[in-house]
Amino acid sequence: MSRLLMSGNEAVARGAWEAGVKVGVGYPGTPSTEVLENLVKYEDVYCEWAPNEKVAAEVAVGVSVGGARTLVTMKHVGLNVAADPLFTLAYIGVGGGYVLLVADDPGMHSSQNEQDSRNYAAFAKVPMLEPSNSQEALAFTRAAFGISEEFDIPVLVRTTTRVAHSKSLVERGERDSQPLLPPYAPRVGKWVMMPGNARVRRVDLEQRTERLRAFSNDCEFNRIEMRDPSLGIIVSGIAYEYVREALPEASVLKVGMVNPLPEKLIVEFASKVERLAVVEELDPYMSLRLKALGLSLVETGLPVIGELSPDRIAQAFGAPVRETRDAITDLPPRPPLLCAGCPHRGVYWALGKLKATVMGDIGCYTLGALPPLSAMDSCVCMGASVGMAHGLGLAGTAERPVVGVIGDSTFAHSGITGVLDMVYNGGTGTVVILDNRTTAMTGHQGNPVSGKTISGAEAPMLDLETLVKALGVPWVRTVDPLDMHATLAVLTEATQTGAMSVVIAKSPCVLLVKRDDQQPFAIDEDLCTACGACVRLGCPAIMKAASGHPIIDTASCVGCEQCVQVCRFEAIVSVGPACDFGGGL
Amino acid sequence: MPGVTTVVLAGVGGQGTILAGDVIAKVAVAQGYDVKLSEVHGMAQRGGSVDTIVRFGDCVHSPIVDPGVADHLIAFELIEAARRLTALSPGGRFVVNTRTIQPLPVLTGAMGAPTGIEAALAYEGAVFLDAEALACEAGSPRSANVVLLGAASYGLPFPESSWRDVIASRVPPKTVEANLRAFDLGRKACSEGACGV
Repeated sequence: MSRLLMSGNEAVARGAWEAGVKVGVGYPGTPSTEVLENLVKYEDVYCEWAPNEKVAAEVAVGVSVGGARTLVTMKHVGLNVAADPLFTLAYIGVGGGYVLLVADDPGMHSSQNEQDSRNYAAFAKVPMLEPSNSQEALAFTRAAFGISEEFDIPVLVRTTTRVAHSKSLVERGERDSQPLLPPYAPRVGKWVMMPGNARVRRVDLEQRTERLRAFSNDCEFNRIEMRDPSLGIIVSGIAYEYVREALPEASVLKVGMVNPLPEKLIVEFASKVERLAVVEELDPYMSLRLKALGLSLVETGLPVIGELSPDRIAQAFGAPVRETRDAITDLPPRPPLLCAGCPHRGVYWALGKLKATVMGDIGCYTLGALPPLSAMDSCVCMGASVGMAHGLGLAGTAERPVVGVIGDSTFAHSGITGVLDMVYNGGTGTVVILDNRTTAMTGHQGNPVSGKTISGAEAPMLDLETLVKALGVPWVRTVDPLDMHATLAVLTEATQTGAMSVVIAKSPCVLLVKRDDQQPFAIDEDLCTACGACVRLGCPAIMKAASGHPIIDTASCVGCEQCVQVCRFEAIVSVGPACDFGGGL
Repeated sequence: MPGVTTVVLAGVGGQGTILAGDVIAKVAVAQGYDVKLSEVHGMAQRGGSVDTIVRFGDCVHSPIVDPGVADHLIAFELIEAARRLTALSPGGRFVVNTRTIQPLPVLTGAMGAPTGIEAALAYEGAVFLDAEALACEAGSPRSANVVLLGAASYGLPFPESSWRDVIASRVPPKTVEANLRAFDLGRKACSEGACGV
């Protein structure tokens, strides 16, 4: 079969399919999202988005207990959510092969932190494989299912952004034929982790770990590449590719299985080279363990923050700084922004009018924190907005109305229990659910609110208003955020009820709305007083011009009319249909 | 790295750098090269600065590059051309779309629009074209990224037919002709000297 250009994510999906995976389940999160989106395209595989990573991991445990092979996907912070099942899963082990793909984001391209998931492997006592490119992403994922079954243990496959989202050439295989699964049979000692059984499995886990330690030394994914023996580098993941580019003459121990580390192989390699160094992105995960083995390492001075690069590594080993052109300075930054026509804008405008203190959450709407909206005071983790709004109320130090703002998918992920807490404990804050009918930030995945599954099938649509009322919230309203004055009126009332309130701001993501009937607007300069109200919406289609009057870019205006509603001088007028939007690439 | 050619496509989220990079990578694969393509998804795509890196050669290791390594910098937007200038090697080829998309701090008046960028880029050896105008001329206003592919193609060692094949396979069937016209106009703009190599 010819070689094909595949991203790391596509290759992980392919590897799982070739291994005969039966069920894929995950929660979207950059840079992991495309794994499941690609796996669902294969025949003979069932995939689903779960409301959060913990549920996804647990669904997969059920699949495994039932004897079938299963892949779970999530980003690094998702593994925090799924950590609870993972740790006990190590005890019970597997039926069918259980592989969990976790994608880290060094440099925080699209994340709130850059935690190093290799620590989870050691912490949860489960093996971890770490591919360096797409070919390895396929091979490692495929092999992980066999390792999982042979050692009765879940296996983590860790990628990073540059592996997940880089494309390289891949030779594909065929799908393994899968044996007919025997009917499910209970195994109380293995699946029921009451203390008596858990103590037995705890000992068994240690024995499995010992066998894995031995396996790691012989694992084909750990290999010594002897070149110049004066410098030996131990490296894994994407950093391997950087080292090969930066230091082509250096000898390398390429570690593909990062937990347990191949200790014998490491000691052997150390004995063959004059100077030994570890090159790794983020935490000193391998360095600390090698030092514990009594090995002395060259201090590279490489940072524990952010991404590495070939030049950073070359310079750490004495290469001169590369000649570059002088930068052009004083350029305006270009942060990401809410799209023209985004329905979140109306909510932020209204919250600004109320001078609300806003506890925010994870999604496109986090961009409302940036100027000129500057409408968000916090962003910590999925679902945090609700608990934090309640907690800030308890602190009693915020004089303005306290509002938690959370997206529909994030609410389904981990906002519901926060609302339950507020109701139970008599909280009086307001929660706004920004219901744009999709998981927008990661590329419009379906969720329990959207009524679409990952395969595009119709699903029951979660009725947020009914759910919130059932949780016991006394004051619930739904409003269209594109109607800005209605939104302001509802939010005003919600923050003055004296009881807990929930406002559902419901309007589909503008990127999902067909643009056929788009009617862009323009500024009538005779009526415009250059007050700046429309500019303060932070719409990318509106520009404050040197002349004083703002300008609307008709090519990017989608005709949402939010600026029309904030203009007190009726100076924003329709200019008829926009130009031809013929198909491009 | 010896024997490896690096192309950086710089632009603004939504301009189509990822798809353009994908075309270059596929053409390089069709010509038998080892290829790596790097892109960033997620938050930056919401109108932020983005770049896509394509590297090809006998054996490519790193999917990303440090400043000063790119042999070709194809900028889809003027301010991003300036921002990513340091990516380009001292002798590298520099193609710049004259379109400007003002970033939010300029739109809101928090910062002034940068001035003198074209002159500074011209001093750095940039060659300019108006991809949007050429795309309109081709009959497909949204294929400015294909115009820029045409401009990029003139400096890359792949046969024209391979470019045409890959583009035709990547665009909606109804738009193949317009997109190939867009490609031709971008390529011709360079062959006529506007994009001297």
